[in-house]
Amino acid sequence: MAEKILLNSSDIERALVRIAHEILEHNKGAKSIAFVGIKTRGVPLAQRLAKIIRTMEQVDIPVGSLDITLYRDDVTSLGFKHVVQQTYLPFDISNKQVILVDDVFYTGRSIRAALDALMDLGRPQTIQLAVLIDRGHRELPIRADFVGKNIPTAHNEEIKVFLSEVDAVDKVAVRRLDGENSEPK
Amino acid sequence: MERIVSLNEPKLSTAGQESLPPLSIGQWQHRNVLDLDDFSPEEITLVFEIANGMVEVLGRDVKKVPTLRGKTIAIMFYEPSTRTRASFELAAKYLGADTVSLDAARSSVVKGESLIDSLRTLQALEVDTIIIRHPCSGAPYIAVRHLQTRIINAGDGCHAHPSQGLLDLYTIKRQLGDLKGRKVVIIGDILHSRVARSNIWGMRSTGLHVVLCAPRTFIPQGMPEMLDKCGLDHVTIEHNLDHALEGADVVMPLRLQKERQQSGFISSIREYIRLYQVNAERLKKAAPHAIVMHPGPMNEGIEISHDVAYSGSSLIEQQVTNGVAIRMALLYLVAGVKNQ
Amino acid sequence: MTSRSILIKNARVISPSQGIDGKMDIYMEDGLIKSSGANLKVSAAVTIQADGLVACPGFIDLHCHLREPGFEEKETIASGAAAAIRGGYTTICCMPNTNPPLDNAATVDFVRKIAASQAPLITVLPIGCITKGRAGQELTDMSELADSGCAGFSDDGSPVSNSQLMLLAMRCAAGLEIPIIDHCEDLDLSRGGHLNDGWVAARLGIKGIPAAAEESMVARDIALAEMTGATLHLTHISTRGSVELIRAARARGVKVSADATPHHLTLTEERIIASPAEPGVPLIYDTNAKVNPPLRTESDIEALIKGINDSTITSVSTDHAPHTSEDKLCEFELAAFGISGFETAFAALMMLVHSGKIKLNTLIALLTCGPAAVLQHEYDITGTLKAGSRADVALLDISREWTLDEANMLSQGKNTPFIGQQFKGTVAATIHAGEIAYIDKSVRISE
Repeated sequence: MAEKILLNSSDIERALVRIAHEILEHNKGAKSIAFVGIKTRGVPLAQRLAKIIRTMEQVDIPVGSLDITLYRDDVTSLGFKHVVQQTYLPFDISNKQVILVDDVFYTGRSIRAALDALMDLGRPQTIQLAVLIDRGHRELPIRADFVGKNIPTAHNEEIKVFLSEVDAVDKVAVRRLDGENSEPK
Repeated sequence: MERIVSLNEPKLSTAGQESLPPLSIGQWQHRNVLDLDDFSPEEITLVFEIANGMVEVLGRDVKKVPTLRGKTIAIMFYEPSTRTRASFELAAKYLGADTVSLDAARSSVVKGESLIDSLRTLQALEVDTIIIRHPCSGAPYIAVRHLQTRIINAGDGCHAHPSQGLLDLYTIKRQLGDLKGRKVVIIGDILHSRVARSNIWGMRSTGLHVVLCAPRTFIPQGMPEMLDKCGLDHVTIEHNLDHALEGADVVMPLRLQKERQQSGFISSIREYIRLYQVNAERLKKAAPHAIVMHPGPMNEGIEISHDVAYSGSSLIEQQVTNGVAIRMALLYLVAGVKNQ
Repeated sequence: MTSRSILIKNARVISPSQGIDGKMDIYMEDGLIKSSGANLKVSAAVTIQADGLVACPGFIDLHCHLREPGFEEKETIASGAAAAIRGGYTTICCMPNTNPPLDNAATVDFVRKIAASQAPLITVLPIGCITKGRAGQELTDMSELADSGCAGFSDDGSPVSNSQLMLLAMRCAAGLEIPIIDHCEDLDLSRGGHLNDGWVAARLGIKGIPAAAEESMVARDIALAEMTGATLHLTHISTRGSVELIRAARARGVKVSADATPHHLTLTEERIIASPAEPGVPLIYDTNAKVNPPLRTESDIEALIKGINDSTITSVSTDHAPHTSEDKLCEFELAAFGISGFETAFAALMMLVHSGKIKLNTLIALLTCGPAAVLQHEYDITGTLKAGSRADVALLDISREWTLDEANMLSQGKNTPFIGQQFKGTVAATIHAGEIAYIDKSVRISE
């Protein structure tokens, strides 16, 4: 099944710039903001947001990376699929406005895991959620504060975000998983 | 103004064997960890990658993660142990599992059915994983043949101690990086050492050259033939410690059980010290960067001198920390294999 | 023709002590062999059509454990006898390590009475203890044991370590013309050992039993037999060195004979870590392959077979050692030593015939006239088909293929490393003193 490109590099850039504006507006500036990217592709997105804000406000926002593998709820029930990676938060998240960044917002389970992980790592003043794509199909009562683009999807479609830092190219694509396992990831 | 933080993470991953293609985690098949003889180099690399993540967790203020929440791990020790037992128990607890400890004094190991019965009872109690230490070689293998519960061998008789073998190799890899052509000298009571045996298997296909250095009484009669039959051509046997230490990168004295003297394996502690103690003077023959390891507990002043045990080249404390990370990685990997 | 007569027609009759190997008939009457020859013109109450089968003297086992009295959970005389009969045996010598041990006439009488009443279709010959309680301290009353029917003396698994005591025992046995059957083991060398002291022991981290533990005692026993003139039989010999010592002693005229077991002739130490029934399972620590003396090496097997072919080893004994599943379902180091051997002895030995290592006639000699020669008082009664001897006959189907399933075993002890083994050759019928003790349903008989 051929994939369809939904966003190209400049679409992604525009979406991030808009999110950056919204973040600054919502938090009334960049004071005590910190970005935490969820591994793998939330991390470069967080770095890009920090870079955009630095250009706009001349402020350096701290960026960390979060590996949520150990907080997932499917480790033993489905047979795992995840290598544990390292979380790297080179700053104290306590009393910060922590903005979690992820690429695709889907069932909400990854975000739930990320929230648990953050709680173990400190006591942020607030946690906000920024995502590049919201594809719907939530299984938990979790919503995003900042969304790059809403893309209604079916369960048997896969949304894949490619970022040049990881994948050598910037794009967002959708693909039908015909005959494949269409269970949510 | 906040300082921008670079995302150039510190590279802990030197413990992986980078030259190997990464193993997909879904290919991990070990429901049980009995020894390292059936571990491929790729699987060992995967354990180390995951252990890197666990080392990060161990560095946190809140060390507990909920990964194995709701899982029960039984720790069944038929032999006294403090460090291995504590290490496994903490590993399980840091991963959020519940643990139940069963102490079975050595004296109660009289009849075989008690082992099978106890194991079957644990299985009926819906324990998810059993960590077993037993004075009889092969005891966990019997468990595996008669149980569906996951089994991790925490040391069986003189046979195997796979988590120790992994943590030793992990410690060496993190310290030395490239292992090709490096020399490890394991010294002492090879005959009775499960640590030495698991290390031999774990260090296969790493490029390490392993020298077993011991008095002739401490080398099993069938050892040379075993090395040959099992294709363990990275291992050699040497009886003279001064020769063995020449250019060594890793020096690992084993604990000398004092009761070996009564059984006639050594004529006196004094003689053993004279011929086989790792001390500062002897260590000069090793490579300048050589590291010293010990599976513990140490007999300071016997197999290792006090100054060496606490010198800058000693990694004995890192071994203990790494041991928890390795055991967390094993518990994580084993838990993720589907029930059959 | 009497009502107690059997005619075996058209068998390939092999009787090594008589030099017979040919197609003929055997006629027996009132418990004795009457005649044998081609196309016998007799009629019998029962005729067995034995075309395609081998007929030979009933098998004799110099070394087995029937466990009664004292260990009836492992085996009884009745169950052990049933297994032996299925294996082609008509005479079996049971070792004295019962509880109480066979160190006095009363216990020997008990065994003989139970055997007579519960196992009438086989001859059970008790072996008496050399020392009281098999404790190696004080000799038994050996003449009384001989009078009560003991066919030999042995402390079996607790061999007499005190050489002076063994010397005295051999002097007594020489006078009684009864053999000493010795299990050769230097207990200081073997203590704490559970398998051969070779590469598998090193691999598994379990203490080994060196060949020297057996060989040093073989050498001692030979020296004592040479000195006393006693008849010495060394049982379950397992090493190359033992074979060489025995060969040299026999060449000097020492009255020493030896047997090996089917498992020592066909399996090596590696069987402990690899089972044909569980291919690909590494390191199974198979307690069913734990036996004393331990399974040795290819080199030892080669020496044992050479010893058979040059008549250094003249018999095979089963060392049938039944155990409960609990005795074996445990840690290797805690498991009991021993293999349940009656029902697989012939089939296992046939592997050596099929592979060309020994001849069928040699195999039959090892099971018949070889052991009969050791039992001085029994010689000429059994182990032969000559007229007037007891009508003990085994019928063998040497080409039948079968697989050992523990569910079909008659012994209470299912402890054998041959479970799941594919065999070629089996016992089709066993006749003891002119009575059919066992007959496979495939054998054609007419009455």
